[in-house]
Amino acid sequence: MQDYLFFALKRLVQLAAVVFAGVSAAFVVAHYSPISPVETIIGRVAGQSTFSPTAIESLRQTLNELFGLNAPLHEQFINFWVRFLQGDLGPSLIAFPTPAMTLVMLALPWTVGLLTVQIIVAWLIGNILGGLAGYYQNNRFLKAFGVMAIGIQPIPYYIVAFLMVIIFGFLWPVLPISGGFAMNVRPSFTPEFILSVLRHAILPITSLILVGIGTWFLGMRALVSNIVTEDYVTYAELAGVDRDKIVYSYVMRNAMVPQLTALAMALGGIFSGTIITEQVFSYPGLGTLLIRAVNGGDSTLVLAVSSVAVIAVASAIFIIDLIHPLLDPRVKVG
Amino acid sequence: MFKVVADLIRYNIEFTIGVILLTIVIVFALLSFFSPYSPEMIYVVIPDQPPSAQYWFGTNSRGQDLFWNLSFAFRNTLFFGLTVAVLSRIISITVGLLAGYLGGWVDRGLMFFNDIFVAIPIFPILILFYFVLRSDLDTFRLALIMACLGWPFDARLIRSVAIGLRSREFTRHAVFAGMSPSRIMFQEHLPYVMPIVFSTAMANMIWSIGFEVTLGVLGFTNINIPTVGTTIYWANNHSAMVVGTWWWIIIPVTLIVMTFLGLFLLAISMNEYIDPRSRLRRMGG
Repeated sequence: MQDYLFFALKRLVQLAAVVFAGVSAAFVVAHYSPISPVETIIGRVAGQSTFSPTAIESLRQTLNELFGLNAPLHEQFINFWVRFLQGDLGPSLIAFPTPAMTLVMLALPWTVGLLTVQIIVAWLIGNILGGLAGYYQNNRFLKAFGVMAIGIQPIPYYIVAFLMVIIFGFLWPVLPISGGFAMNVRPSFTPEFILSVLRHAILPITSLILVGIGTWFLGMRALVSNIVTEDYVTYAELAGVDRDKIVYSYVMRNAMVPQLTALAMALGGIFSGTIITEQVFSYPGLGTLLIRAVNGGDSTLVLAVSSVAVIAVASAIFIIDLIHPLLDPRVKVG
Repeated sequence: MFKVVADLIRYNIEFTIGVILLTIVIVFALLSFFSPYSPEMIYVVIPDQPPSAQYWFGTNSRGQDLFWNLSFAFRNTLFFGLTVAVLSRIISITVGLLAGYLGGWVDRGLMFFNDIFVAIPIFPILILFYFVLRSDLDTFRLALIMACLGWPFDARLIRSVAIGLRSREFTRHAVFAGMSPSRIMFQEHLPYVMPIVFSTAMANMIWSIGFEVTLGVLGFTNINIPTVGTTIYWANNHSAMVVGTWWWIIIPVTLIVMTFLGLFLLAISMNEYIDPRSRLRRMGG
């Protein structure tokens, strides 16, 4: 138990380092952006009516203070971290003066929802089918599935989502291709709203699963087809152990652990894919928010989305790492 | 080398298909050197012509001959993928061999960095770079950024092989013979990791071209340089599917899918070739 706590602590330090590095990098990059938030607001305000130069100058002073831009860089950096830890990144520009964090928090559940459902479904189905395909190597259906997985897996998320939009938007319009729910229902806990959310989630989730499933299928098949040549499997077969039992408890159980590691490694990529897919379907998650922020020149919001993305992915990897030794007693803790 | 390729073509159907697909795409990209039009020129032919004997891939709403325009796009995109692959290979080989051979605190330090890079979601970071660089984000700069982000997985793989090599007999002989660590790493160990380097290079190209296409489609690169991404960007910009100029979308998407499929098939068949167990199984041994 003490070993496990030490292991968890080590991972926690690593998590903190990842978050610190990622968020600091985002801060530095955003700091050197040529688009000044102050000038953007002034442009917007002054564009609507005429102001005296002194009024604009004092507005600039006030805004500089509001954004804390008068301080030297290292002080800004410390201030940024202090306020970041309090969950405050300043006002967004595209929805001024709503805090950027509020917008991010509104978008986050949609992304997390897509991500979780997609990962669980793709990982489970991909691994189970892959395991079966590795064990029963002459099964026609599983062979065909393998060919399909090889065909779809290398295509990037964007292209698959895009093809889905073309098919279901133009050729066979049966499912909604944009938004998180229909325009005419109010967000509330009514069956109508929930049904609408589910209907809108079908296409994005399907497109994500289509891309994701191949990775797990191919990985599992390769792992299992190596494991079945091990002596203990031959022994179990000769001893007349039930085939299903061999596949599920003897073979796949062993291959599960590397696949879990692979999931932790692939999570950053899956997250990127999810927010790309969101953008294609105008799904109201982080991806769409990020693109809107970039197009609106909103550096605060871009920074907020990137930081939350880094934290979300790093924490998810942390959780998977913690489950790891519980699933596999052979993993050395510490 | 030629014998290996000949063997692969004979015994490995995936490799053969991959080679055919990629050859088509590469030849198509190389045709751009004979293009009668400059890729920046617009309204040089009649817009919105469907594919015909005169315009094989049709023309787009910007008055470009899609055949030649796409061949430039593929040349740029493939060149981009190749640049990222080469640069990131250099980083991953260096990091992987150093960490694997030297071990100790060098290994721990490098792997700590490695884990940070693995955990960072790349897409928001790339968007952030676009946000700062705007139209200065040309193909080469994007390639540099992608190369700096694309090495950690493969460095880890190379490291695990290098750890195995360190305890081998010949390494000990080399050490006793007074070979310097850098010569051991780059003369003795490097040839052993080369097969992995090639197969991961393919996977790396899929990854980098995938991001290039995505950023291009969103308009987050220099949209005046023809790449596969920017071609689809302009098609979307002119609502190609709604207007009915479907060839403007379908043809680039088909070709890019062929590219990805080709690269992927090469990568997995090479992986199989590296693993002798699966190679024997395939040859019926």
